[in-house]
Amino acid sequence: MVAKNASLPSRLRKFSTYMARTLPLYIMILPGLVLLILFSYFPIYGVALAFQKFNPGLGVSKSPWVGLDNFRYLFTLPDFWRITRNTLIIAVSKTISLQICAVLLALMLNEIRSRLFKRSIQTIVYLPHFLSWVILGGLMLDLLGSTGMVNQMIRQLGEKPIIFLGSNDWFRPVLVVTYLWQEVGWSAIIYLAALTGIDPVLYEAANIDGASHLKQIQHVTLPGIRSTVLLVAILSLGSMLDAGFDQVLNLYNPVVYPTGDILDTYIYRAGLVSAQFSLATAVGLFRSIVRLILVAIGYWLADRYSDYRIF
Amino acid sequence: MIEDRSWSWRVLKIVNYIVLSLIGLICILPLIHFLAVSFSDRAASVGGLVTLWPIRFTTASYAVVLEAPLFYRSLFISAQRIIFGVSLQMAITILTAYPLSKTARRFKGRNLFMWLLLIGLFTDWGIIPWWLVIRNLGLMNKIWALVIPPAMSPYNVILMMNFFREIPEELDDAARIDGASHWRRLFNIYIPLSLPAIATLTLFSVVFHWNSWFDGMVLIYDVTKLPLQTFLRSVVIGLDTSNLSMQAGSSQFLLYSDRSIRAASIFLSIVPVLILYPLLQGYFVTGIKLGSVKG
Repeated sequence: MVAKNASLPSRLRKFSTYMARTLPLYIMILPGLVLLILFSYFPIYGVALAFQKFNPGLGVSKSPWVGLDNFRYLFTLPDFWRITRNTLIIAVSKTISLQICAVLLALMLNEIRSRLFKRSIQTIVYLPHFLSWVILGGLMLDLLGSTGMVNQMIRQLGEKPIIFLGSNDWFRPVLVVTYLWQEVGWSAIIYLAALTGIDPVLYEAANIDGASHLKQIQHVTLPGIRSTVLLVAILSLGSMLDAGFDQVLNLYNPVVYPTGDILDTYIYRAGLVSAQFSLATAVGLFRSIVRLILVAIGYWLADRYSDYRIF
Repeated sequence: MIEDRSWSWRVLKIVNYIVLSLIGLICILPLIHFLAVSFSDRAASVGGLVTLWPIRFTTASYAVVLEAPLFYRSLFISAQRIIFGVSLQMAITILTAYPLSKTARRFKGRNLFMWLLLIGLFTDWGIIPWWLVIRNLGLMNKIWALVIPPAMSPYNVILMMNFFREIPEELDDAARIDGASHWRRLFNIYIPLSLPAIATLTLFSVVFHWNSWFDGMVLIYDVTKLPLQTFLRSVVIGLDTSNLSMQAGSSQFLLYSDRSIRAASIFLSIVPVLILYPLLQGYFVTGIKLGSVKG
């Protein structure tokens, strides 16, 4: 330790030996730090647009400031409440159905004794996770179109074809189901890992006590993954405003805006398509702040109740 | 586990096998259907006759896509993007994670950097500020717009840092006492011992860069500079196959349709993922354990 009243030269010497040893660390962190500041902190100046009547010709520095006017305008827009509602409904129904299906899939896979069968099913159900929503969207537009395979089957059954992606009754269910199709396998992995972590002694004990297999699932398996389910549920709080931009942008069309337009797609259209920068930034800022609060609550709960930390 | 031999459990087990097989089929059938469409001729693909097997097998649709200069162009851009994007992202991740894996006593300022990183991880200012920054940096319409912004991923840095911290401190201490510099310790101790984590992050980074399409859509104006997925989007979502089929000769006209061209271009773009997939599978568990912390 440095003595409190050490003379200046000796402190300088200490400092220079520290720097000689540690300088590489500062050099290493520099590029990352520069990029972090550029892409995570520099955008804050762009947030100023939300409080301006932004004119691209004048730029951020010369555009007139309007205070909270953009937000006042925003909160009177019926569109704004509609897209917020859509976002919440879509995100919540996706998250809940995904977690339920993932737990069920993991439980089912866990009962399979044949390794070959288990691995084949796993290989197949994980695959869609690695395909982009351009590819999946292309697949879905074709499959669910009026001449697509799904409607061919509906016709075979003697029913009228359904315009899935052009109907406000069907658009949200289609979003949820196609999302499940993409993600259910991937989301099951974490539960499968939790299931393999259950102590086999517990099953042996249950067996000796004469518990049937279903009773064992109820009293050993389910409690064994309860903490994982809880943790995933808490952490998914932060995604309550994330209704899946990639998916919606590639599947929707103006007909289904009433039920399918979400915050992210609205921001994209307002800002980058029709150049209403201030309005789009205001919506974006609203979304960012709500998201930040939800993420913070999620991590706080996870830290408090599951001893979970990111580092 | 001792087998339960009760009658009801046996029935349940059979039901379980059947349901899982159905789930597997539902996941794979759309892809097989599309593969069949891509190898069928015009009449069959337009008429919706194809189910799971090609009708009047032809490779004409693939020939059309593979003869289109714009397809090659975008494939080349995607390859460039992966080479630059993945190596830059990995270099930044490792170089940033190593100092942060030290204690604040050994590396003064570590806690400040850590806070900057965490705030960066949890805040997202939206796409308009993001777009403006990239525009103001003069990156618009350049491949660097797709490569530089994702290079610093706070999330990947934290994963890498956590991995570095699990390496026994004694190894580092021994090397330090022997006079090894930080650079030497990073390259001779930390990197060789972290290869599984580095491989996982690299693979996921490749998939990320291969699959990204939105940045190409809003940062690149020039159709000859689009990465493959963005170009593909104009074909399969924008339903515009003219960029692909304009080169094709008219003699082949009866052999392909817009639909079979879309199917073929989708399949061609899945091939690299399918090639990487067996490799990726080896890292799923590492990946999901790392990935489960994502907010």
